Amino acid sequence: MSRNGPIALAYHALFVTFMLAPILVVCFVAFTPEGYLSFPTDRWSLRWFYAIAQYPEFISAFWRSLWLGAISSAIAVGISVPAALAIARYRFPGREAMTALFMSPLMIPHLVLGIAFLRFFTQIGLGGTFTGLVLSHIVVVIPFALRLTLASAVGLDRSIEHAAVSLGASESVVLRRITLPLVLPGLVSGWALAFINSFDEVTMTVFIAAPGTETLPVRMFLYIQDNIDPLVTSVSACVIAITVAALLVLDRAFGLERLLVGRSAGHGR
Amino acid sequence: MKAAPYLLCVPALVLFAGVVIVPLAMTVLLSFHDWGQYKGIEPVFILKNWQEVLGDSYFHEMFARTFRIAFFVTLLAALFGAPEAYILNRMRSPWRGIFLLVILGPLLISVVARTLGWALLFGGNSGLVNKALMGMGLISAPLPFMFTEIGVVVALTHVLMPYMVLAVWASLQRLDPQVENAAVALGAGPFTVLRRIVLPQVMPGILSGAVIVYALAASAFATPAIIGGRRLKVASTLAYDEFLNTLNWPLGAAVAVLLLLALIAVIWGANRLVERRYAQVFA
Amino acid sequence: MAFLELERLTKSFGAHNAVDGLTLGVEKGEFVALLGPSGCGKTTTLQMIAGFVEPTSGAIRLGGKDLLAIKPARRGLGIVFQSYALFPHMTVAENVGFGLEMQGVAAAERRTRVGETLELVGLGAFTTRFPRQMSGGQQQRVALARALVIRPQILLLDEPLSNLDAKLREGMQIELRQIQRTVGTTTILVTHDQAEAMALSDRIVVMNQGKAEQIGPPHEAYERPATPFVANFLGKTNLVNGATVRPERISFAASGLAGTVRTRIFQGNHWLYQVDTASSLVTVIRQNTGEAMPGEGDAVHLAWEGRA
Repeated sequence: MSRNGPIALAYHALFVTFMLAPILVVCFVAFTPEGYLSFPTDRWSLRWFYAIAQYPEFISAFWRSLWLGAISSAIAVGISVPAALAIARYRFPGREAMTALFMSPLMIPHLVLGIAFLRFFTQIGLGGTFTGLVLSHIVVVIPFALRLTLASAVGLDRSIEHAAVSLGASESVVLRRITLPLVLPGLVSGWALAFINSFDEVTMTVFIAAPGTETLPVRMFLYIQDNIDPLVTSVSACVIAITVAALLVLDRAFGLERLLVGRSAGHGR
Repeated sequence: MKAAPYLLCVPALVLFAGVVIVPLAMTVLLSFHDWGQYKGIEPVFILKNWQEVLGDSYFHEMFARTFRIAFFVTLLAALFGAPEAYILNRMRSPWRGIFLLVILGPLLISVVARTLGWALLFGGNSGLVNKALMGMGLISAPLPFMFTEIGVVVALTHVLMPYMVLAVWASLQRLDPQVENAAVALGAGPFTVLRRIVLPQVMPGILSGAVIVYALAASAFATPAIIGGRRLKVASTLAYDEFLNTLNWPLGAAVAVLLLLALIAVIWGANRLVERRYAQVFA
Repeated sequence: MAFLELERLTKSFGAHNAVDGLTLGVEKGEFVALLGPSGCGKTTTLQMIAGFVEPTSGAIRLGGKDLLAIKPARRGLGIVFQSYALFPHMTVAENVGFGLEMQGVAAAERRTRVGETLELVGLGAFTTRFPRQMSGGQQQRVALARALVIRPQILLLDEPLSNLDAKLREGMQIELRQIQRTVGTTTILVTHDQAEAMALSDRIVVMNQGKAEQIGPPHEAYERPATPFVANFLGKTNLVNGATVRPERISFAASGLAGTVRTRIFQGNHWLYQVDTASSLVTVIRQNTGEAMPGEGDAVHLAWEGRA
């Protein structure tokens, strides 16, 4: 394989700068010692990080986002596993249509989903509730959970289960001792990707969250709508740091590419 | 035996029937209801909202802006993202993995945080971007980025770029590197290899990336809301206002449903195009 | 009455009969190979014995008892899969011990038997390894040990050597045969490789389109093929004047069928000839004994037994 020339590398450097600039700027400004938006030049300060503690709505929104992501992702994985096994193992009428249906939240604008949920939850008395948030987040993260559980279910060699059966294992033993342990990495990575997507979701949630049930991104968005000050940059810097940490863990554990493309790098076909 | 796959799909089907299809149907229905300042939502069946959305020049302008922004975002993402994916693919380990992480990673970082970064970079006349552009001598006076279409396009391109790189990257993985070597062995120069060998093979990847980016750009909310502000309305921010400020839900629903229909048409059309042109080669 | 009996065994997928009325008796301790090209129904037959595929009609009896009435998990068969199907998340010892665990064998006895079986396949020192840390040949032995340790009534081998390279395959063939003779387990081998089938088994069943074309000892099937299909599948054949003749049975002689050497290929221990004759192109194989042989373009005469 030939190497990249100097022009290509210069282009690459500019591209990476473009991708990282806004993220780094937020992180820099968060360390300003001033009371207004500015780059810390000679002095760095953590005052705006301490200031977060003065705003309980950010703290409670953070915990809410964490719980919301954890719960809705777990339920999404729980729903995805049987569906993934069905899609991976059987050829049945409606298989394609069902797969398309379960992946459709990727293609329906979150704006439309937000509006639809706002109307729906208000009608059935779930407007502005945490239950409503969980239901809606399950829907938007299911495609991520399903894609990764499906990939691991498809990758599972049926003859391994047959081998267990031939050695006298009952159906429940095969499921518990063979099938689940083998698809577990897929489930965990599916949960993680679902969690990150739930944790970041703002477009849909901004419609359904009420003052008592705002998630962190919604809280941040509404804050920015009013004014932009160093406080929101320090909150954003924390969010970025947490996401980057999670990203590095996920990349080491599963490979980011596999996570995002939904299959292992070596098996591109 | 025959029922097994359906039984396994029951939980997901119940969820989608109850929490996706019903709410979407209710929204479509909502767009035909009436609304008044004092009477609220009236469950009747009228075409008023649709007539307004389809007939009023204010909405025409707003939808035109939405799709114009989406078009330029898609164009920029394809123009700059595809070469980057190619360069990335030619890198060696470990750089390849590191930069893949750097470029795809932002996909998972909060959209609000990333847009905030652009708001800081644009930040009025003293913003970093203007300083840099003037420093390089590209412009003489500061350009307005905040509350302009250019600003929204730049920020959205950044937000959605990883999708394009990812799509092109995925199609590059399917490419047999020996094919490029074969072309070189037959006497093709690097540019010819790119144009005649690589580009035609990654075209489906670029197109599928373009569909994703276009759909997401046209329906993006947080970025146009922060960069565009209240002055520069697009379909999503307008719908948001109708729902949470004006409280004219039926009109907002009509805007959202129209956006959804337009996007379905675009996606369907693009898929048809891709299938017709590439089905034989990339079956 | 044979130990394992297949009676008019049939499996249809829609209008297509994958296995079509197959009847076969296998004696206790016998090594039988199901041989045929892909799609001939040999794997489907094996899967019906194992219980992973349900027959459309027909019967399978083991020791006089209806095998089809028994759940796959209770049939007590040892199976070696083409992909080995080792449990990737378990060590070698755990893989081999799994079947005993399912039978409720106590841990101490399990350890002894696992150790013995791993010794038998020459992997005594590998108990704590994971499958991915082993070579293809070693994985193959683990799969064999896992199937043998439960002392199966029948050992089913599904293309067990097809994932090994040619050199290793030959070595494993010899070893597999020795192990089978030592343990004495009734064995059914499914393969598309006629050399493997002939090398290993007491009898071969040549299958084509779901039917058994010939059942018999390898030598007999090779020498007296029942059908042209069997003749072709088991080795190179010539059809000369309506008679089938193996290439190695034809020799160059002073008189006989006249012809001209078109090509001559040297293959180490033998020469492979293609000879143009008046009736057809004849393939001839001659042992390399070191003496001078006809060259390309030479006029020759061909002779074989039954024809002077």
